[in-house]
Formats: sequence, structure tokens, C-alpha cells
Amino acid sequence: MKLLKAYTWLVILWLASPIFVMILFGFNDTPSKSNTSWHGFTLKWYRELFAIDGLTDALITSLLIAVVSTAITVVIGTMLGLALGKHRFKGQGATNFLVFAAISTPELVMGASLLSLFVSANLPRDSITIIIAHVLFSLAFVTVTVRARVLTLDPSLEEAAKDLGASPWGTFRQVTLPAILPGVLAGAMLAFALSIDDYVVTSFVNGSTITFPLWIVGSVKTGIPPQVNVMGTLIFGIGVLIAISQSIAARRRG
Amino acid sequence: MHAIQLDGVVKEYTSHGEVVQAVKGVTLDIAEGEFFSLLGPSGCGKTTTMRMIAGFEEPTRGSVRLHGEDVTNVPPNKRDVNMVFQSYALFPHMNVWDNVAFGLKQKKVPTADIQRRVGEILEIVDLKGREKRRPREMSGGQQQRVALARALVNHPRALLLDEPLGALDLKLRQAMQLELKRIQREVGITFVYVTHDQSEALTMSDRIAVMNDGLVEQLADPRTIYERPASPFVAGFIGTSNLLSGTAVAGVVKLGEGRVLVPGQDGDVTVTVRPEKITICPDRPEGEISAVPGKVDEVVYLGTYNSYTVRLADGAEVTVFQQNAVDATLTAERGDSVWLSWQPQHSYVIGS
Repeated sequence: MKLLKAYTWLVILWLASPIFVMILFGFNDTPSKSNTSWHGFTLKWYRELFAIDGLTDALITSLLIAVVSTAITVVIGTMLGLALGKHRFKGQGATNFLVFAAISTPELVMGASLLSLFVSANLPRDSITIIIAHVLFSLAFVTVTVRARVLTLDPSLEEAAKDLGASPWGTFRQVTLPAILPGVLAGAMLAFALSIDDYVVTSFVNGSTITFPLWIVGSVKTGIPPQVNVMGTLIFGIGVLIAISQSIAARRRG
Repeated sequence: MHAIQLDGVVKEYTSHGEVVQAVKGVTLDIAEGEFFSLLGPSGCGKTTTMRMIAGFEEPTRGSVRLHGEDVTNVPPNKRDVNMVFQSYALFPHMNVWDNVAFGLKQKKVPTADIQRRVGEILEIVDLKGREKRRPREMSGGQQQRVALARALVNHPRALLLDEPLGALDLKLRQAMQLELKRIQREVGITFVYVTHDQSEALTMSDRIAVMNDGLVEQLADPRTIYERPASPFVAGFIGTSNLLSGTAVAGVVKLGEGRVLVPGQDGDVTVTVRPEKITICPDRPEGEISAVPGKVDEVVYLGTYNSYTVRLADGAEVTVFQQNAVDATLTAERGDSVWLSWQPQHSYVIGS
């Protein structure tokens, strides 16, 4: 028993150590540009969070791309998940396969082939192509989470709504959507998380647009400033808050 | 005016490239304010028939009329009927009040009217004070009543109930049967009730359509269905019944030493007689009655009555129910030779 406990804590420590280090070095009073050794505690980097223009711009770009691509992905993915979960139709097997293929394609391959596609389509690479790429690789995750939820849905719920006079759209808005909302929200969170920290695919299709991960990788040689740790900490903190509020809401729903 | 008219309704499905007929041509009229049951075993087409009345299925052929108006191709949200689902299908994210008010909100009924009507119907189904509850916080019987209220509050021209008591235990089911009957009298709405439970149908219905294999075998009031089944299927499906076959000569079927009186019949006949109509006694009874000899195979004590299984000379089995009267003594034991007798009016030639 003691061994098991020790082992458990060891695993937790191992999983959490990168996060601890990230948070800790956001408070590092480093004199130089490099942030690799501890020089004492400071809140300076929180005060000067937006002092580096390029980094701030990259973060804003990333947030915008994440919000837009998540919104698009959630709409398309919810429709796909509903269709796959509720109906039997011609081409269903092929659709299922494509959804899974998108999950299993290596990112490098996806990025490279998207670049060839955009180049041969003569599409200038910018935020739009990044959004297209992000929708593409996160769509499968939204589809899968929504479909899983739809499969647990009692089909007579929608019939009951129609029977009581609701139009097809009214039925979706008042009955179907609230019932599958947990799946939609989980998918949205996944899509947002995938988008905001994607480096590989984005690096192929960005053109001259710089996102948050691209900026960090670009600054590796000159040293990653502590502001990056602070931003990472804040993004992580927001994620934790969302996760906690979700589980509280889930407990309340029962 | 008929509330519901089905005319030659057929429903076909294609399953694995083969055409399957779920409903093979049903024609029936349901009167205004009637408690009408569709009764039959699973797969007989009763639920499909109801779903065509509700609008969830479109008939392959034939027509559906509601109050004289052809609604065959009208979608369910534009039909003036409401349904109580087997699974209740209560909206899990809404409380009782919002569930019941759902239909009225769709029809854009003024808020004050919604308040009043939801309040009234919750009183009728005895759920006052539980408006804020969620469906999952309620018992099966309460959920059942919410489903009923949610449908009835719209004052539909007809209420369709799909085995609504199937999920309840026996005691609650019996209580709800009487409750349903009371509510129907109170609101005066036509009820169409789908069930495979013959006692449920007999208890509640004004008329019953007994369905088998996509067709209506008999459409009549409960008493006629029970006393005068129109086919061997109906006789077998409703309660317990005995079937005796033989050749009638001038109104008499000879069965070994015994005889069955079938006034006015000649030729091959199948006679049905209910177990509780038969008297069991050790000697051949006197008088102008049907009487056949046999040997007691089994005696089962069932509380309010005893069930005898008697084997006739030709091998046919006859079930006899005998009420446990004041002195609960058995008339016969296993292995006894006995005579079974009944009044001629209590047996009935099927199909005549």
C-alpha cells in the first residue's frame, strides 16, 4: 500500500513538474534575456506582461485564430456528429473513416500537404489559411465527442417536441441542443486547446503571420523571455478554472 | 363526427432489400370522446398504426383523417393530436412546469393563459407543488403523470398513449389504469391506447381493436371481445379459452360419450368456451346442457380460484376455473374422472 502511494505521488509529480517549472520561472528575477536559471522572486514580468510588442501581437493573433476556428469547427462538427449519430445514410461509412483519418494523419504530413494545396490553389498564406488548417484538424475531435453524446439520446425526445408543436428548428434549439450541449462544449474546449498551441501545421501555412507558438519557437535562439511563462501560466489558469466549473456544473446536473 | 378515421392504411418498410408490411390494411373509425385501445402482441402493427395517426410515419397507402380533415401528409407538429411516449420522453433539462408548458409556448399562447392552464392540469394529475422538480428527481408514476399533463394541457383532439404503463410495477399500474380512466372522463378527450396487456385493455376501453400480423382481427367492446371472440387468435389472446373441434350434426357435436350443443350449426366447427363458465362434477349432469367427460391432469391453487387442467378422451386439454367459495374444498383431485358441463349460451362457434 505504501509503495503504491509513493508511486502514485511520483507519477503525479512527474506529470506536473513541467507546469510547476513554467509557473515558477514566470516569477524569476532574471537579469538577462535567457530564463534558464533561478535568480530570485519577482512580480516584474506580470507588470510588464505586454512589454514585448511582437509577443503580444502573436498572442492576440493566436487567440483570434483559436476563437474563430473553434466557432467554425463547433458548428460543422456538431452537424457532422448529429448526422453520424442519428441517421443511417449512404456514405456514412466513408464519412466515419474520413473523420478518423483526420485524427490519425501525422501533423507534418497534414501541414506539408495543406501547403501544397494552398500553393497550387494560389491562396496567399495568412490567418485565413491558418484558420482553415485548424478547423481541419480539430473537426474530428468535435465530431467524435458530439456523436458520442448523440448516441445516448432518446430519439423519442425529439419526437415529443415535434408532437407538441415545435418546428424542426425549434426542436433542435429547445431540446436537441441542450441535450447534447456537454458534448458540444467538450469538443469546443478541445478545438480551442488544439488551435492555440499548434506549431507544426501552422508553421507550414502561416505565410508571414506569427502566432504565439511560432513566436516562442522563433525566440529560442535569443532566449525565451519570462513573459512567455506568465502567459502560459495565465492560459493554464483559465483552463483549470473552466475544467473546475464544468465538473461543478456536471455534479449539479447529476 | 369521428375523431379519427383510418381508411385502408398500409405501411411498408424496406429491410435488406425486402419489402415488409408492418400494417396490411387497417380501416377503423374512432368516435369523439371514446377510450379506444389497439391491442395485440409485439410486432402486430399497433404501434406503427398509432405512429401514423401521430404523423411520425407516413402511410404507404390509405388515408388518415382527424375530425374529417385529411392529415395523411401533415407533419406531427401541425397535427392536433398529442402523444404519451412509452419512455415518457420528458425533457431532462426542464423542470415539471417547463415540460408541461412546452406545447403551449410553441403555439404562442399568452403567458397568463399558460400559467392558468398548466396550473389546472397539474392539479388534475395531482402534481401541484412539484412544479420545480426535474424529471429525474421523480418516481416512475410521477413522471408518467407529467407526460400525461404535458400532452393534455394542449387540449388535443385526441390523446395517443403508447404502452404508457409498461414501465410501472403491477400495483402502480392498476392504480394508474383507474386514474387514466378518471382523467379521461374529466377532460373528455378521445384516448387511443396501445397495449399488449389484455387485462389493461379490457379494464379501460370503450372499444378494442385486436390486431395480429398487421390486420385488425376484431373490433368491438370489451364484453363482446371476451365473450364472442371472432377468431381463434382473439380467443387465445384475450384471457384463457378452450377450443374444441368436431363435426356438428343438427346442432350437436358428439365428443366421445359427451356432447357439445351448438344450436343451428352443421358441419365442422371450432367451439370456444371460457374456463370460468365450466362446471366440474363427478357424475354426468342432467338436462339440455353441453357435457364432456375427462380426466383431471393438474390442479393448481391460485388463491381466489382453482385451475383444473382436464384431458378429454381425444387428447384435447380443457382449463376450468373454479371460484374458491365459502368452503374451499376441491371438487376433484388429480387423476379423477370428471364431467365438464356448461350452458349452451356460454360456448360459441368461432367465426359464425
